[in-house]
Amino acid sequence: MSDVVLEVRDLTKHFPLTKGIVFKRQVGAVRAVDGVNLTLRRGETLGVVGESGCGKSTLAKLIIGLEKPTSGEILVQGQNLARMRGSALRRARRNIQLVMQDPYTSLNPRMTVGDIVGEPFQIHPEVAPRSDRRRRVGELLELVGLSPDHINRYPHQFSGGQRQRIGIARALALRPEIIVCDEPVSALDLSIQAQVINLLERLQEELGLSYIFIAHDLSVVRHISDRVAVMYLGKIIETGVDTEIYDHPTHPYAQALLSAVPVPDPTLRGLRDQIILEGDVPSPANPPSGCRFRTRCWKAREVCVEQEPALVEREGSAHPSACHFAEERDVVHATD
Amino acid sequence: MTEQVESVISADRSAQAGIERSASLWADAWRDLRRRPVAIASAVVIVLVSSMAAFPWLWTRTDPRDCPIQLSKATPSAAHIFGTNELGCDYYAMTIYGARASIIVALVSTSLVLLVGALVGMAAGFYGGWVDSVLSRLADIFFALPFLLGALVFLSMLRSHSVWTIVLAFAVLGWPPLARIVRASVLATKNMDYVQAARSLGASDRRLLFRHILPNAAAPAIVVATILLGTYVASEATLSYLGIGLQPPEISWGIMIAQGQSYVTSGYPHLLLFPAAFLSATVLAFILLGDALRDALDPKLR
Repeated sequence: MSDVVLEVRDLTKHFPLTKGIVFKRQVGAVRAVDGVNLTLRRGETLGVVGESGCGKSTLAKLIIGLEKPTSGEILVQGQNLARMRGSALRRARRNIQLVMQDPYTSLNPRMTVGDIVGEPFQIHPEVAPRSDRRRRVGELLELVGLSPDHINRYPHQFSGGQRQRIGIARALALRPEIIVCDEPVSALDLSIQAQVINLLERLQEELGLSYIFIAHDLSVVRHISDRVAVMYLGKIIETGVDTEIYDHPTHPYAQALLSAVPVPDPTLRGLRDQIILEGDVPSPANPPSGCRFRTRCWKAREVCVEQEPALVEREGSAHPSACHFAEERDVVHATD
Repeated sequence: MTEQVESVISADRSAQAGIERSASLWADAWRDLRRRPVAIASAVVIVLVSSMAAFPWLWTRTDPRDCPIQLSKATPSAAHIFGTNELGCDYYAMTIYGARASIIVALVSTSLVLLVGALVGMAAGFYGGWVDSVLSRLADIFFALPFLLGALVFLSMLRSHSVWTIVLAFAVLGWPPLARIVRASVLATKNMDYVQAARSLGASDRRLLFRHILPNAAAPAIVVATILLGTYVASEATLSYLGIGLQPPEISWGIMIAQGQSYVTSGYPHLLLFPAAFLSATVLAFILLGDALRDALDPKLR
């Protein structure tokens, strides 16, 4: 148990929907994250995949403490981050850092690179003495593959990939154990994506980091992740090590998601078992009863309306899957 | 050969200096401003006019209130380079002494408006919720008063009219538009990713506001403030013209323009031209400097 660095228990975040201007009354809630359990071990990468609006980014914000959870626990080194306030929270935050999605908006355009990467030291002055900070910033820039001579440049003088490296250097400044990457490469070119992914992997090896890697690009997640969790409408519906999810998906939604990954070989096109889902994602303000996926599922029966399937190992699934009728179906490999 | 070596060495040295110098936004902006001819010219004009306002005796030894009536409406000559007005007062001395009222009204009113407007706007935009509701409604109430009418009513309630009562009237009536502008740009800036990133690092509200939000939200307020400087100089003249602002024997560019304009067509255009030229040059200098400052504070334009 000692190598667990982060544990999330029954985490929920409901955004209230209000009516009225002066006297607001709550008329409902958007259940962005609704009962998520996660475990992250030292040196491990946990991929979180799901389509837009499934609550991935809200989950990231909850974990790094940008949003207060409605209920549930976020345990870092045995302390519940969700309950902390003030200076205790500030100290705890040193251990979890964030790499953001868009490198063009995540760096303050009026601060130099040195100020951006050095800001964590100003916020947490106990980490490094003032005289040492400039040297540390230079080291951090070198660590992410940038020249320390660029310390006085402004973000707009860098390319997207270089900016993302600056964002990573900022996240590394306080030597955290956990880094939450919220779609860190989806705004970059493919060739640059590979560079940034390789950088993240190298840093993980050198510094023993644990990543929560949130993305909607399944191939990127497969490349970097040790374990994968698939999210749908605020819940995790299937989780396991990457080969379990990618080669033996058992939840219908995970199968549909994986069947949408493009096949690189054009001669195999159309030979794969492709699942095309019908309908839209239901509103998270009014999710369906029972299984949340039942409105779009071809396997839906009476029991799916009445009973919510738990995320457990089942007869048809060797790893946890939240489907009453979990069974394997090969959607990734082409069949003749 | 030695020249080359020297240039290499100096380049190396400046590169080292580049690494070691503290590169804050304001330091960079200051370095940038010093290289702009327009900014330097505007600053020189502002310094000159400010010195007229603070130390008029540096510029003239003539008393502007010593008016021999036999010299009435003299055209410019060696003895009176700007001529004299209808009472025979030296017009150059009056123009110099008139700077004080205009500069004080413009600078102090704008500073007060900027201070109150920025604080209210920042609080309303950053904290939102009931703070925003209360402050915005308060601003709406003041906003509903027409500026000139409001100033007329405000000043007519007061017994004595000095520069400071005019400043007070302008400040009381002037902050709501600025608060709205600041609120809007703070609202737009506070949800930017880099603000969220700083928040996730554990930055305090003060750091978020003054280090991340304000520098990125200040540009519209700076532009409006420089325009306000000009507006207030002109408004002071308007109020004086309407008889509710400063009154003779006080001297201000506004009063001089108001009185001088009636003699323009009767052959004494200098009575309008000199104060009007000083007024325009001052207002223009403030606007151009504000423009240069806004550009200097944006690293993308460097």
